[in-house]
Amino acid sequence: MFKQNTMYEILTGPVLWITFSIFLGGLVVRIAFLYRLSRKKDPVFYNHVNFTWGLKSILHWLVPWGSASMRNQPVFTFVVFVFHLTLLAVPLFLGAHNMLWDEAFGLSLWSMPDVIVDALTVIMLASVVFLFIRRIVRDEVRILTGAWDYTLLCLTVAPFLSGFLAYHQLGPYESFMILHIIFGEILLIIIPFSKLGHMILFFFTRAFIGFEMGGRRGARSW
Amino acid sequence: MADIQTVLEKEFKNADFLLDIQKIRNILDANNGARIRTWLSICSRCGLCAESCFVYLSNDQDPKLSPAYKFKHTLGQIYRLKGKVDRTFLEKCYEIAWLQCTLCKRCSMDCPFGIDIATMIAISRNICHSQGIRPKSLAEFSENCRKAGNHMGIPVEELIDTCDWMAEETEDEFRGVEIPVDKPNATFMYTINPREPVYYPQDISNAAIIFAAAQESWTIPSFGWDCTNLPMFAGDSKLAGQQVRNVYKKAKELGVEKVLITECGHAYRSLAFEGPYLAEYAGGKPPVEIVHYVKLIYDYLKQGRIKIDPQKKIKEPVTYQDPCNVSRNGGLWEEARKIIPYIAEDFRDMAPNRDRNHCCGGGGGVMPMGPDYKAARMASGRIKAEQIKATGAKIVIAPCHNCFDQINDLSEEYELGAKALSLKEVIVESMLIPDHISKY
Repeated sequence: MFKQNTMYEILTGPVLWITFSIFLGGLVVRIAFLYRLSRKKDPVFYNHVNFTWGLKSILHWLVPWGSASMRNQPVFTFVVFVFHLTLLAVPLFLGAHNMLWDEAFGLSLWSMPDVIVDALTVIMLASVVFLFIRRIVRDEVRILTGAWDYTLLCLTVAPFLSGFLAYHQLGPYESFMILHIIFGEILLIIIPFSKLGHMILFFFTRAFIGFEMGGRRGARSW
Repeated sequence: MADIQTVLEKEFKNADFLLDIQKIRNILDANNGARIRTWLSICSRCGLCAESCFVYLSNDQDPKLSPAYKFKHTLGQIYRLKGKVDRTFLEKCYEIAWLQCTLCKRCSMDCPFGIDIATMIAISRNICHSQGIRPKSLAEFSENCRKAGNHMGIPVEELIDTCDWMAEETEDEFRGVEIPVDKPNATFMYTINPREPVYYPQDISNAAIIFAAAQESWTIPSFGWDCTNLPMFAGDSKLAGQQVRNVYKKAKELGVEKVLITECGHAYRSLAFEGPYLAEYAGGKPPVEIVHYVKLIYDYLKQGRIKIDPQKKIKEPVTYQDPCNVSRNGGLWEEARKIIPYIAEDFRDMAPNRDRNHCCGGGGGVMPMGPDYKAARMASGRIKAEQIKATGAKIVIAPCHNCFDQINDLSEEYELGAKALSLKEVIVESMLIPDHISKY
């Protein structure tokens, strides 16, 4: 019955292809553009390349409480890690998503039991509530936060919330499912063109400060 | 922040009211590389940088003093407006770029993305400078650099006279202490801060005594001897490049092995790290090895070229001020800590320290901006005063002129009962006088 829904067909067909192209293509183009620009204008990036310090600078920030400023705000750090891990794990290891991958390509990732993904989703939603409240409550964060920052946080959580509601059939299943797909696609499309690009750019900026502070001076940038 | 509105009104009173937007755009274009674009676009407004900033911490955690706020409201905004800013905006930038940030770079280490905020504030200074909005005193010092090659405008003859005079001064207590000028092929070309010949000439004679004791081959150059770089802090990057080039060129001309820098933090940052970029030398490395005084003293003590009289070690509690540009931005914090046990019995480190130390509040050009800004400087130095107080130290060893003056000011302001000492003073007072320079 649901399968006949043309809206669904279009969203998981051509629109999904377009989405993936923009998401991956956008990231590739952004990196290529920045690479070319850096070759012209940022010799300081290449003059002091230091693999060890670059790696240390990245790894210390990929480990919870691995840097002084993370230790300074331990609860926030914990929530940020939970947020990022669930953000990646839920869509990648959800059984229903993997079935779609399998149907399309005959390939899929390992799937977690639904009940675990469900729990992780709740945790993810809770972490977003925390991040949202933190933005409002802490003076130094509120003053930096613009409407777009709140919007992006909402857009990040939207696919998860709609997916959760659809899965539990809390409300009109079909509409929520359609919304879930649309929100997911919007999020993927936005990533390369917004601050969410940090999913890739983080590695470059962190490496640079590792070269600059560590490679040139021996100072620990974490 | 301390109220400095009247000071600012005076500062901007006679400035030109017409902005040259094209000049701003040129600076924006020149800097519009991958780093700046990425930094400006990925800051996630997490606020972690706030607590890394001593200005924020010292001024009751005013959220407008967080590093992210500061770059967003200077360079960030200028890029957003594509350079079409007005005078009032740039005057606000002035306040942020010169009074609320000393370019200490502590925040870049505490940012999850390692965004180098100091670099962006420095570009904001360049933009303000291009429109004549810059600290008057730094502009005057820069003018001196343009005319005489040093920020005090000291003529060559006067420098040589001072050197002769200082060499003579040592004759009462020592023999054979010389201050050679322009001696070719020496190991070290010793570069100094123009404040030394003017305000602390004894710093030069102390250096000469230490060199003589260590039987060092050294010289003071007659030009290119100013290792500081106030144009760099004034936002005049072209002139800043010239200052650096003066030193590099003179070193090559004299055929010295290394350039030695007096106890000055900014000079080390300028010549060893930013210099090659300011002076447009390819490869990012200075054409001659740059050595800071802290490293020299460490080597002398380690190699036994200078020996300390155990009787004369400092008995009072001592702490060490890590100058931002010697420690975090210079990498010499461990050398400093290895020097201390030679010269002091009761060492008490500040917290945080080493590469994570806080700026004293006198860096980034705010000290030479003059007495008008002292109130702001004292307010921002509160964290440093508290750090010193917590150690209970009576002596603060500060191998940087800005730290030195700021700590003495802070001691008075916050009644710390502590006094700053330079390494040279301590070494000359406590070393065993070797026979070859001993008068007795």
